[in-house]
Amino acid sequence: MSTVILLLVTGLGLGALYFLVASGLSLIYGLMGVLNFAHGSFLTVGAFAGWEVARRTGADSWFSFLVSILIGAAVGALFAAFTELVLIRRLYERHIEQVLITVGLSLATVALFEGIWGTDPVFIDGPAWFSQTTNLLGAQIPNDRFISIIAAALVLLGMVLFLKRTRYGMIIRAGVENRSMVTALGIDVRKAFTLVFTIGGAAAGLGGVLASHYFGYVSPLLGGSLLIFAFIVTVIGGLGSLTGAAVASVAVALLQQFANFYLFGTGDFVVVIALALVLLFRPSGLLGRKS
Amino acid sequence: MTTSETDTQHPAPETGDAEAQAVSANDGGASSRPGDTSAADRGGRRGGAKALAKWGAGGAAVALLGLLPLLNLSLPGVLPGPTYTPGSLHLMAMCMLMAAAALSYHMLLGVAGLLSFGHALYFGAGVYGLAIILDNLDIPLLPAMGLTLLVVIVLAHVVGAVSLRVAGIPFAMVTLAFAEAGSVLVGRNPGGASGGEEGLALATDSLPDFLVGVVNTRNLYWLALVVLVLVFAIVTWVQYSRAGHVAAAVRENELRVRVIGLQPYLIKLLVFVVGGVLASLVGMVYLLLQSGAVPRSVSADFTITLLVMVVLGGVGSRWGAIVGGVFYTLLDQRLTSLANSDAIEGLPDFLRIPLSEPLFILGTLFILVVLFLPGGLTGAAGRLGRGRRARAGQTEKARAVLEDAA
Repeated sequence: MSTVILLLVTGLGLGALYFLVASGLSLIYGLMGVLNFAHGSFLTVGAFAGWEVARRTGADSWFSFLVSILIGAAVGALFAAFTELVLIRRLYERHIEQVLITVGLSLATVALFEGIWGTDPVFIDGPAWFSQTTNLLGAQIPNDRFISIIAAALVLLGMVLFLKRTRYGMIIRAGVENRSMVTALGIDVRKAFTLVFTIGGAAAGLGGVLASHYFGYVSPLLGGSLLIFAFIVTVIGGLGSLTGAAVASVAVALLQQFANFYLFGTGDFVVVIALALVLLFRPSGLLGRKS
Repeated sequence: MTTSETDTQHPAPETGDAEAQAVSANDGGASSRPGDTSAADRGGRRGGAKALAKWGAGGAAVALLGLLPLLNLSLPGVLPGPTYTPGSLHLMAMCMLMAAAALSYHMLLGVAGLLSFGHALYFGAGVYGLAIILDNLDIPLLPAMGLTLLVVIVLAHVVGAVSLRVAGIPFAMVTLAFAEAGSVLVGRNPGGASGGEEGLALATDSLPDFLVGVVNTRNLYWLALVVLVLVFAIVTWVQYSRAGHVAAAVRENELRVRVIGLQPYLIKLLVFVVGGVLASLVGMVYLLLQSGAVPRSVSADFTITLLVMVVLGGVGSRWGAIVGGVFYTLLDQRLTSLANSDAIEGLPDFLRIPLSEPLFILGTLFILVVLFLPGGLTGAAGRLGRGRRARAGQTEKARAVLEDAA
């Protein structure tokens, strides 16, 4: 029983990280039709920024952790906004070329990170509470899992409120539904593009800091490895659907954890097989619209 | 011969080619070969002589490449030494293999408009398949290669059949996921078969002697040349066969092809499988040349490398893929040696760090090409060489192919 609880909470923690990456990806794809390969770099740059801040302000205090989270999210958001304004916007409506740009950007930035911070993983420390465990129904759960879960839940809540309650959120939802109609109504969708990129970048940057605590290290390849699963999550959840991304993140992460434990470390394959099955029976994803 | 006639329109604006495709799409490819269409006939006679000249030039170029290991030519700054030295031969062979791999990727992106992010899976299947078979089974090289091909054909069918259920960007993501599964499998080293992160050394026992050792690099060079010519011939053949024309029509307007009564799914699957098989063939020779398999050859990075090559050279053009493959390989090699040079070492940090990362420079170059040179290097060369008429050629074609792939 305690194993199941442990796997469950760990899976939720991992799912939280997937969601932080996949939510941005899914919104960006839903609104703009861009598959953002540079999203992993947003995450990595957030993780490194958070680490640099934590290192300078004394890594083991809660204050420095909170600052590192804020800075990580801010750096991710800035980088994402820069990407949209300088690179993506020029190629409006040319989806494949936009994808190619983000591919080039992820190549270049990963190489740059390796140049700056080296290729080896940098091991990090958080507040002392992170390395302790909490007893939950008999299972000893590492505390950092809870932080990821809480943060992702807050982000999900914030995004849902933003999308449902604000004017820009409404424009974004309408844009995902039918962009040309929104444009025809005289609304400048481009602002929404920048906004979606910025939000996605902030979530990814936040995810980067949390991922570095979850895994215990930062490396230039951190973003890329999470990005692949975030892709799988967005396809399974349905491209453009935030709820789909949330549901699929948890499902994929739990599947992965349980398969890793009970099926001899085959988590990654089980996930890919799940992807294949979803595509065979629901090509538009669990909660995606029929195209 | 259909192939050569249609091919004559290649250096000139590609419109005739597109016209022929449209015609063949319109009549459903049922009644006529594309060579019988008026579009191809118009250029027929003039094209005959030109085609001959072109094939002649191609043959001469191949012959020259074939003679290089016997000559003593130096290209300072490009090759590490005279052309007959093993180092230079190895680099040139690598260039040709990458060009061939880029050509196999061109089959997907340039012909059928399939943006696959999992092409490395087939290349890697060739590399690792052959390495594992040679390691574990006591059979000679050729049967081992045949067995590997068989495995790849099955693999490509299965993966293609699933991933082609979606198109455009979702297709890109799904192929990426499958390739990642392959990459993870190799990294996990199941039963010690793949060697994990370390990679796998080539078992030389069952190889013929003339392919083993540094002394025989030139034999491998010739083998690479043969593979490049073979891949080029097959890609040309498929591209200008009826299936290739239907694939191009599917790329441009899938609905129309469906209405005509053809099955886009099967055609795309065919192109996908052929592209995969060619990539695995190149992968096998790559294994022989590198005398070992490394995990990078299955990684998503490798697919992206192929994509970068094809886009750098010019999407939708076979020569573009070749130029891109050669250019990328040479540049990567040059930049790596530049990164370790003293000139870079002395620079201040903000210049030294970016310049000592070849991938940073290549990535930036790639972004610039996508932004400012949509036709890639061949498109740019065409623009310089032939003025406005040619501009409508490669550049527009590349734009159109990318547009259709979405």
